[in-house]
Amino acid sequence: MDKDLKMFSIGDLAEFLNVSQKTIRRHINSGKIESKKVGGVHRIPIHSVRKFLNPNESILENDFDRDINMDNKTSQSFPFQNKVPDGPMEQKWSNHKRNINLVSPANKRLIDVIVVGTGLAGASASATLAELGYNVKSFCFQDSSRRAHSIAAQGGINAAKNYQGDGDSVYRLFYDTVKGGDYRSREANVHRLAEVSTNIIDQCVAQGVPFARDYGGLLDNRSFGGVLVSRTFYAKGQTGQQLLLGAYSAMNRQVNRGKIKMYTRHEMLELVIVDGKARGIIARNLVSGKLERHAAHAVVIASGGYGNVFFLSTNAMGSNVTAAWKIHKKGAYFANPCFTQIHPTCIPVSGENQSKLTLMSESLRNDGRIWVPKNKTDVKKIIEKKLKPTDIKEEDRDYYLERRYPAFGNLVPRDVASRAAKERCDAGYGVNKTGEAVYLDFYSAIIRYGKEQAHTKGLDENNKELIEKLGKEIIKQKYGNLFEMYEKITDENPYETPMMIYPAVHYTMGGVWVDYNLMTTIPGCYAIGEANFSDHGANRLGASALMQGLADGYFVLPYTIGDYLSSDIRTGKISTDLPEFEVAEKEAFDKLNYFIQNKGSKPVDYFHKKLGRIMWNKCGMSRNKDELLEAISEIKKLKEDFYKNVFVPGELFDFNEELAKAGRVADFLELGELFAKDALEREESCGGHFREEHQTKEGEALRDDENYNFVSAWQFKENSEPMLHKEILKFESVKLKSRSYK
Amino acid sequence: MKLNLKIWRQKNNKSKGMIHDYVLDGVEEDMSFLEMLDYLNNKLLNEGKEPVAFDHDCREGICGSCSLFINGVAHGPEKGTTTCQLHMRKFKDGETVYVEPFRAKAFPVIKDLIVDRSSFDRIQQAGAYISVNTSGNTQDANSIPIPKQNADEAFNAATCIGCGACVASCKNSSAMLFTSAKVSQFSLLPQGQVERESRVLNMVNQMDLEGFGACTNTGACEAQCPKGISVKNIARMNREYIMANVKK
Ligand SMILES: Cc1cc2nc3c(=O)[nH]c(=O)nc-3n(C[C@H](O)[C@H](O)[C@H](O)COP(=O)(O)OP(=O)(O)OC[C@H]3O[C@@H](n4cnc5c(N)ncnc54)[C@H](O)[C@@H]3O)c2cc1C
Ligand code: FES
Repeated sequence: MDKDLKMFSIGDLAEFLNVSQKTIRRHINSGKIESKKVGGVHRIPIHSVRKFLNPNESILENDFDRDINMDNKTSQSFPFQNKVPDGPMEQKWSNHKRNINLVSPANKRLIDVIVVGTGLAGASASATLAELGYNVKSFCFQDSSRRAHSIAAQGGINAAKNYQGDGDSVYRLFYDTVKGGDYRSREANVHRLAEVSTNIIDQCVAQGVPFARDYGGLLDNRSFGGVLVSRTFYAKGQTGQQLLLGAYSAMNRQVNRGKIKMYTRHEMLELVIVDGKARGIIARNLVSGKLERHAAHAVVIASGGYGNVFFLSTNAMGSNVTAAWKIHKKGAYFANPCFTQIHPTCIPVSGENQSKLTLMSESLRNDGRIWVPKNKTDVKKIIEKKLKPTDIKEEDRDYYLERRYPAFGNLVPRDVASRAAKERCDAGYGVNKTGEAVYLDFYSAIIRYGKEQAHTKGLDENNKELIEKLGKEIIKQKYGNLFEMYEKITDENPYETPMMIYPAVHYTMGGVWVDYNLMTTIPGCYAIGEANFSDHGANRLGASALMQGLADGYFVLPYTIGDYLSSDIRTGKISTDLPEFEVAEKEAFDKLNYFIQNKGSKPVDYFHKKLGRIMWNKCGMSRNKDELLEAISEIKKLKEDFYKNVFVPGELFDFNEELAKAGRVADFLELGELFAKDALEREESCGGHFREEHQTKEGEALRDDENYNFVSAWQFKENSEPMLHKEILKFESVKLKSRSYK
Repeated sequence: MKLNLKIWRQKNNKSKGMIHDYVLDGVEEDMSFLEMLDYLNNKLLNEGKEPVAFDHDCREGICGSCSLFINGVAHGPEKGTTTCQLHMRKFKDGETVYVEPFRAKAFPVIKDLIVDRSSFDRIQQAGAYISVNTSGNTQDANSIPIPKQNADEAFNAATCIGCGACVASCKNSSAMLFTSAKVSQFSLLPQGQVERESRVLNMVNQMDLEGFGACTNTGACEAQCPKGISVKNIARMNREYIMANVKK
């Protein structure tokens, strides 16, 4: 960009928008893009580009990008607005809804929307858009939309209903979420989330979702994740399943009406941009292997999180970053990629051939005490099976969370608990053969409950056997299904011996950057659910992901999208014969064909596992500059090796699981590198991001609000380093404070 | 441990399939059944061969993707367990293990062990919903109390994962357990009353159109359901169906 004039050249703009220079010239000639000739060369002022991309909007100054260094020749920055409405926090959303443009019911029939993903976010969005009258095409890679990863969520969904009368309110939920996110989320988005949370529960009950109820027939709540109120709604350990089946039923109703066309076993591989706007996708039919063109007036990405960049995680095997990454490469900024949640209580890795990790609900930490032996000699004997954990005397155990955090003990937040487990295991106190496991022990709770029972029943409180029996019954009532699952996987009985647990990758707070309307930096392309970045900052609270997915899909996107689509009512059908579709299809084909033609020798998983190991060891629970730099160079090398040596059997136009996996791993490799860069760039510790250089003397996280109070939004650059843009966060309603659990 | 695997391989829906033999050494007790297949596939890939295709995703027993007929039993020998949660310690060294797809007329094979279960989706689309729009102005969730017992029973029916083990286990390939679980859930809830009759008629009609067989009450479906969905749901659906027909 020309520094003095702050203008784009045709070449720069073409590169920025990812279109050909010819396209830019065409728009200049038709007058759609305003340009000045300076010394005989076209110069395009920034405001004219903005106007071209967002024709309806008046141009305002905003803080996003305000500190972009315009002097840097290589940094072609571009200002985007976060579109947070003015006015007091509590009124922003209602004011905004009042002011945005609407599309009339008759005109909605003329508009097509593509939704990629059928998890809570995608399914609820598809159903609602179709109810409103849009023609929806929904995509998922599973054989049924009901099998999206959301189905696996266990614990519950938050909502500020205050049914328990314990002082909950929209403000408290808002505050807890901002604080829990360690002050790295956008306040206005979080407030809206808290506002619509109550509607979610009403909507789900009306759909027939069988939430847990008390004996009076009213909805029951549990408390979750270190907050002070009971606001979590649940359906036993299957909350995600019940909510997703509710959204699935709402979709089915629209499929039956002909308003949703469902494409299962389809994988989106490219975004198609026409004249700067998202106008369709290229998807591969995973059964026939054929590439298909799908056109629409807007594209919604609801493809979930990217935890599987670590290979091992609690995510479903198919969860991947491809859809989000493909739009990133076409111009959507990717925000805070390094913000990952590592959940402290998962079943440890048992061997080299392990394919995924299983979560043990957070609720267990209410009654379980976490420990490792104090002496390494005991550790050794345990690993050699010469000692059992129950043989270790009380005084020889290190209840390290209780020791380090006397106030919160075993109930510290997820990030703190995970790091503490890693610290002990790194120091050589891990209790399984890989040295990566700690004990979660229920014995104290069993005795406590047992004594209580004996006392109330008037039985002998000194009869150890009886006490244990009574205590185990209570534990069974509370956690029976989890104990059973644990036993199935590990073949150990957790009533008799402490559970072994270790932290595992669980959720990604980072994701595609979106504005208040949930639109990405590509006009007409939206991102919702775990795929976007907006609500959880640097750490997500338990039971808030389900809330966000459904809030985005049922109550936010269907309205904000109208604002954009209102200018499309006269556009007419988008043709898939446009050259842009052809180009995108060719891109997708070339990529896949490369893998088929490559006569390598190593299977895709070999590379995925290697990537996972780099990510886990160097970008995991704690990070430092040297290791992050190593990670970046190791991932680069691995990527080269991958393209040289990967082996994909079979054919392109056929069912070919290895080919689909190769495409996903290719994207994970690129994301992994950006992830490490982001972690390197963020010289502070906040939430799930812990930089060893930035900690207190006691080893606690040290946030730096002066220098890092921003969202890192990365712009993809073909053949060069990605560029960082900073959206400065403003805190109007919540005061910035540091977290302490001592 | 070492296993003699006999696995169904079939290129696609048009070609004929057959059992292939694989001897797999080095299987560990801690592996899940699907990890054992991953391990086999890794070996095949290293030999430059095509891996065995099978459906899976969550590997936590909840998404309903995994299937497999293992030694003639849907989801294998352990009761109340999906294939992804079945572990190799349930097998013996040197054992012969047959692995086949879920078979039914309404579940055509796509490739190897993968079948097309979209007929299940179509049954749901025919009426398994409550017609309520997302207005943001629905009644407050607590305005209609629901007796705990009904809520719990509706929940139990709603925990069906749609895997198709019931169909695969039934000698008539009947989808009654699957269909009735959803009909039951809604008929037990006040919200489901308005469309109660049309729902059961439409879903049963679609079930028949898809080519699922009739129910002869053998109970095989309940016995092999990994989620323990009760055949009482079938009885309830039969009542609902008769009532709806009477009122029609
Ligand atoms: C074990 C576990 C337990 C959890 N428990 C809780 C809990 O108790 N409470 C809570 O609030 N949160 C919980 N979470 C987090 C929560 O489940 C997820 O964050 C949330 O469900 C994500 O929903 P989603 O709609 O954004 O995406 P997903 O449910 O991941 O759906 C992604 C969809 O996108 C599709 N897709 C992806 N890529 C493509 C592509 N390229 N082409 C076509 N389709 C594509 C998939 O087919 C799928 O339909 C849990 C997570 C895990 C792993
Ligand atoms: S893979 Fe999801 S139920 Fe088995």
